[in-house]
Amino acid sequence: MGAQLRVYKRRIRSVTATKKITKAMEMIAASRIVKAQRQVAASTPYASELTRAVTAVATGSNTKHALTTEVERPVRAAVLLVTSDRGLAGGYSSNAIKAADRLTGRLRSEGKDVVTYIIGRKGVAYYGFRERPVAESWTGFTDSPTYADAKRVAGPLIEAVQLDTAEGGVDELHIVFTEFVSMMTQSPVEKRLLPLTLDKSEEPEEAAKGKILPLFDFEPSAEDVLDALLPRYVESRIYNALLQSAASEHAARRRAMKSATDNAGELIKSLSRLANAARQAEITQEISEIVGGSSALADANAGSD
Amino acid sequence: MAAELHVELVAADRSVWSGEATLVIARTTSGDIGVMPGHQPLLGVLESGPVTIKTADGNVVAAVHGGFISFADDKLSLVAEIAELADEIDVQRAERALERAKSEADAAAERRADVRLRAVTGVH
Repeated sequence: MGAQLRVYKRRIRSVTATKKITKAMEMIAASRIVKAQRQVAASTPYASELTRAVTAVATGSNTKHALTTEVERPVRAAVLLVTSDRGLAGGYSSNAIKAADRLTGRLRSEGKDVVTYIIGRKGVAYYGFRERPVAESWTGFTDSPTYADAKRVAGPLIEAVQLDTAEGGVDELHIVFTEFVSMMTQSPVEKRLLPLTLDKSEEPEEAAKGKILPLFDFEPSAEDVLDALLPRYVESRIYNALLQSAASEHAARRRAMKSATDNAGELIKSLSRLANAARQAEITQEISEIVGGSSALADANAGSD
Repeated sequence: MAAELHVELVAADRSVWSGEATLVIARTTSGDIGVMPGHQPLLGVLESGPVTIKTADGNVVAAVHGGFISFADDKLSLVAEIAELADEIDVQRAERALERAKSEADAAAERRADVRLRAVTGVH
């Protein structure tokens, strides 16, 4: 076998091995999307009931609470960025990081200090490499987050919000994560969790009917209910963001691995063409060598006769 | 037929039970509360404890650990981080957990296990 042909054969073998791996990763990711989507759906009733309750307290009482009222001059904002632990997911992590950068820039231009919290090894590595300060980071659960993980993340954030601004507390809490729109589309979104923004999308029914929310009876008192309700609300929003991010991560990985598999297939096809051409060239060369050799022999024999 | 209210019992990661009921008894931080159809809109903080939902075909008992009760327009929602129906609770496991919690003097775990067991046995 000629040297050229051997090189092609070796490359085809290596690309075939890579293709097998990317194909396997694609299928694993595809099976996990469904699971992640189911988890998102399962967590929805809790989130919507909590949102309903929070809306009820916020609109149905005149209580002023640290977590619901906007500070007049906010000086510090916390940004929670959700990225993935592992790569090979296309632009998934870098899109989220870019969105966080944009949000950070905007908050800074409004004159606020930004404190960054990060979930996922990719985001930690990005900030670490650029030596940007990170208040706290969590890794190791981005592909299948549990409620306990969300609680662990929410704890320090709620603490920071409840702290006085003068003592290093934050006035606003933003979250940047990747929303799962469909199997093909996942888009990074930024949301303000605190202070509460009760936009119309959260209460479409009431807004549509122009109905006033009923006057609530609070047990034990509106303040106590809010105190207990808001941390749960933040936890459930973070949990929902984590689950959506996980689904998005799997979908992004599936798509990236699908195109990797396709590209490997293309590469194998063009390499086999080249290998075939090299083999054919070799054969042609050998034939012409034999023909040339034999005719040279025939000529020599004819001359000696 | 007596008036009924719609109950949704949801935990953080799933919907546990939903259906029509005539009376719901839950334990808030300021004491047990019973909610019947037509109750005033209510929002309360729940304690760890058993919740009894009386329906037309019997009682549904669940162990609820923390959370909220909210009621408006004959719709009642019980929102808890952890909620289990009595028939889902593994008695032996709960007993083991209770023993372990007692030996380790973990008050929170002991209370959780105790609530589970009481939900199963129906002793409130």
